[in-house]
Amino acid sequence: MSWQPSASIESLQQRAKLNAYIREFFALRHVLEVETPVLSRAAVDDANLQPVVAQACGETSFLHTSPEYPMKRLLAAGSGDIYQICKVFRDGEQGRRHNPEFTMLEYYRRNFDLRSLMDEVAQLIGDFLMIQRRVDLSYAQALKQYAQLDVFNCDDEILRQRCAEFVGDDLQLTRDECLDIIMSHVVEPALPKDALVMIYHYPASQAALAQTFIAEGDVPLAKRFELYVNGLELANGYHELTDPLEQQQRFLQQTQKHNEQRPLDQNFLDALQHGLPDCSGVAIGLDRILMLKLKTNDIASVISFDHSRA
Amino acid sequence: MASFSTNEFKSGLKVMLDGDPCSILENEYVKPGKGQAFNRVKLRNLKTGRVWERTFKSGEKLDGADVMDYDMEYLYTDGEFYHFMATDGSFEQHAATPEAVGDTKNWLKEQERYEVTLYNGTPISVNPPNFVELEVVETDPGLKGDTAQGGSKPATLTTGAIVRVPLFINIGEVLRIDTRTGDYVSRAKGE
Repeated sequence: MSWQPSASIESLQQRAKLNAYIREFFALRHVLEVETPVLSRAAVDDANLQPVVAQACGETSFLHTSPEYPMKRLLAAGSGDIYQICKVFRDGEQGRRHNPEFTMLEYYRRNFDLRSLMDEVAQLIGDFLMIQRRVDLSYAQALKQYAQLDVFNCDDEILRQRCAEFVGDDLQLTRDECLDIIMSHVVEPALPKDALVMIYHYPASQAALAQTFIAEGDVPLAKRFELYVNGLELANGYHELTDPLEQQQRFLQQTQKHNEQRPLDQNFLDALQHGLPDCSGVAIGLDRILMLKLKTNDIASVISFDHSRA
Repeated sequence: MASFSTNEFKSGLKVMLDGDPCSILENEYVKPGKGQAFNRVKLRNLKTGRVWERTFKSGEKLDGADVMDYDMEYLYTDGEFYHFMATDGSFEQHAATPEAVGDTKNWLKEQERYEVTLYNGTPISVNPPNFVELEVVETDPGLKGDTAQGGSKPATLTTGAIVRVPLFINIGEVLRIDTRTGDYVSRAKGE
């Protein structure tokens, strides 16, 4: 019956516990809880994210896909370390691991490099899930070990052949799309179980808002990590890009990709221009942490009312 | 024919893939963190019965397949084709090849109703009802009095199918068979 919740009462209790645990974790570390607008005139630039469009006060607005831009504006304004627990919205994302509206924890730490942030995230999530074992793998190592691919020295054709068994011969895929297929179809299911698996140093082409650098062998990499537990992607973190010109470039690249009229966040660019302190930040999917805690494969069972009942 | 986007894919939807009609069994949404969204789809090829897995970019479209299931009565075989007649009052007749009938030939009985799947107007598969009643044409003589104890023997039915039956069953008896497992259920009532 669809008036009833899709989550059990036990699951609601676990969610309340998780929220209390997070607030205590950050209170001890003097990280400030903040709120930023859910409804914004500017839209996300990321071509792989589809914002939900809304009307407010006669203007077209967008529900945020993450609180990243306004939180960085707070950092630029001198807020210090901040975190936020909020609902975010991504149109079209629906499945056993996705609900178009979900709960995100996003936080930023000044003067943290990628490694320090990975350590803190491992403690935050590992303690709640009671998982001690941690496996750190660079992106290149993960693809070598679980897909037998020398990812930074193989041409597009090899990647395409590798994907043909999943997508057929005729589907046109870009290099990054091929890598997405291999990551989600081959690597993720093979990752070690019951461990915090940290994958770091993604290809620079998948940097999003992370700093990039040139590694040994002339390979451009992103200071980005993802945390997986039992093949489930839980967190995505960056050593944040602070260069306003580089940021504007990436906006333009994404606009060419999605080819839609999305108003850019000029306020965000202005904040970078003013100066974003050196920091690392991470977005963590709380619903998925609850899925692991409650040992369920269906995100609906940890959300009071999933989208089909909302 | 209409086309369907990945977000309309759901169990039971009939689509064309690589030139063959398929029925969607499962559709899983997959999206790596900052990457492209995909749909991992399980489909049954309605011609071969084989189950495929195929990944599509989210938003991709497939053409719908002109596939419909009809309730039809089995009439007869001419040795080459199996003939069925629609029960919707149209009396339309369709000839199915042995490939389309497949293992269902073991459970074909005249005037019994079957689910016939038509693709572009031609039968591509025939599904039997869960239970059919068929007569035994050959089996070892029955053992009187042995009605409760275990033990079984093979019996050949009018269709040529061979099933395991209890020892007390005799030639000429009509048996109720579960077509999903090919198992004997009971003697038909009223026989």
